[in-house]
Amino acid sequence: MSLCRYGPLGGLLLAVMLVLTALLAPPALAQAETEREAATAVAGVSPDVWRQVRSGEVDANFRDTRFDSNYNLINASGERWRQLRNRWVSPFGLIAVGGMILAIALFYVIVGRKELSEPRTGRKLLRWPLFVRSLHWTVATLFIVLALTGLNLLYGKFVFRPLFGDAFWAWMISASKLAHNYLGPLFGILLVVLLARVLRHNWPKRHDLEWFRQGGGLVGKGHPDAGFANGGEKLWFWLLATAGLAVVASGFVLDFPNYGQSRDTMQWANLIHGVGALGLTAVALGHIYIGTLGSEGSLEAMTTGYVDETWAKDHHNLWYEEVKDQAVPEEAIGGDSRPGDERSETASRPG
Amino acid sequence: MAQMKFMCDAERCIDCNGCVTACKNANDVPWGIQRRRVVTLNDGQADEVSISVACMHCDDAPCMAVCPTDCFYKTDDGIVLHDKDLCIGCGYCLYACPFGAPQFPKQNAFGERGKMDKCTFCAGGPADSKEEEYEKYGANRIAEGKLPLCAEMCSTKALLAGDAQTVADIFRQRVVHRGHRDGGWSGNQRRDQERTRAGADLTGVDELSYDATRQG
Repeated sequence: MSLCRYGPLGGLLLAVMLVLTALLAPPALAQAETEREAATAVAGVSPDVWRQVRSGEVDANFRDTRFDSNYNLINASGERWRQLRNRWVSPFGLIAVGGMILAIALFYVIVGRKELSEPRTGRKLLRWPLFVRSLHWTVATLFIVLALTGLNLLYGKFVFRPLFGDAFWAWMISASKLAHNYLGPLFGILLVVLLARVLRHNWPKRHDLEWFRQGGGLVGKGHPDAGFANGGEKLWFWLLATAGLAVVASGFVLDFPNYGQSRDTMQWANLIHGVGALGLTAVALGHIYIGTLGSEGSLEAMTTGYVDETWAKDHHNLWYEEVKDQAVPEEAIGGDSRPGDERSETASRPG
Repeated sequence: MAQMKFMCDAERCIDCNGCVTACKNANDVPWGIQRRRVVTLNDGQADEVSISVACMHCDDAPCMAVCPTDCFYKTDDGIVLHDKDLCIGCGYCLYACPFGAPQFPKQNAFGERGKMDKCTFCAGGPADSKEEEYEKYGANRIAEGKLPLCAEMCSTKALLAGDAQTVADIFRQRVVHRGHRDGGWSGNQRRDQERTRAGADLTGVDELSYDATRQG
């Protein structure tokens, strides 16, 4: 306002000044603002920081405001687990189990049941005492329940959800998970007891190699030598004693998340559990086939506990030679088992 | 349709945890669950940086891919939601999630997980009534035409939520005005100056953005 006192000249001066200000000041101001922000800004997140984040490692200066978080910022291992599970375990598990079913069906159609070479003698040998039989059937039942619920957890959503609808599927899958999680530990404990009980029959012997060379009797003529347990039975035993126990151990890791195991540990446990369990399920189908449909006279060993002399001669010739004098007539064992006879297997020594 | 996304501008986040509190308040989140968390890297050092994380509503969501019950689904807005009636608490979504978003109530024996809970982008979830929806999943602000409360309440507007394109536009504008040579995520002026001083040639740096105020 004071400029106005200088008259028209003052007015002109004011106008020039205003124009000059308008022309010069804004860029200068903006420049200063950016510089100021740049100078006071956080130093920015460098590529090194992101590399560290991606590695999943956290250092002493990592803070997470979630009260129980033991996590990093980015869980890069999750994608690896997803790919391994969805692209490898899931399809190849289906191929293994489905392939086994097909192979067995083909084998049954083409080769058929393995009959006894001679008529039954009617004289019986004790093979499995009551304790082993009850243990076997408990473990077997649990195995089947766990296998079916496990398969449902992996593949059920592709079949049963569209088939039955959400209401039934919700019940079905949650029952599967509950059964799987609560029966799993029971199976694990009983499996260890069963393995410990039959370990003495399953030490590898030299003649087992010959058994495998002849494919358990499929290749060449005659039946290869076998003691109380043949090569195939021993292989099944040692599969359960290795892969089986790995499945049990990894199952415990997954079943009890209250011990602070990390997410990565559980990812690996899940993969071990899946690969082991699907593999064992496939092999178990073979075990079930041989024990029931596949060979005449085998199932009764695990139901009545006794086998016929002819069966023993056919499949376990070395064992038969050891125990043939302990054979009892069929009438002597009858329908009900006598505890006195069932103190142990008729095996005189492990083999 | 919109593709809903969160984005946290790490240069603005001041680790105030307002988003965490807003979320708990808006959704009545169960005890022991915190759908949003704030992570601070290099805490106490010159390059300290904080970022707010929750479910990022991935395009190719790993949780959806591994869920044994197939309880996840994507809304038309690209929001990843899940059905608690189908959830069995197996924890697979937690193994797969890059952001640690799924959480489980742990009141059961042996640490058995309850029904999974995670950020819903304030979009609720499947339920028969509004009350049931609120009880199970928290608020459905999207149905009311509102954005997630965490982003709405962010004091520095570091946390942005909304259509991916709009969020990207806002962020791009910020980057321009902030004057970064190669984008908001990968560098700032001060470090560029340090790098130039150290002899680095920055002429080839990706000119993702430029300082509009310095043209001409």
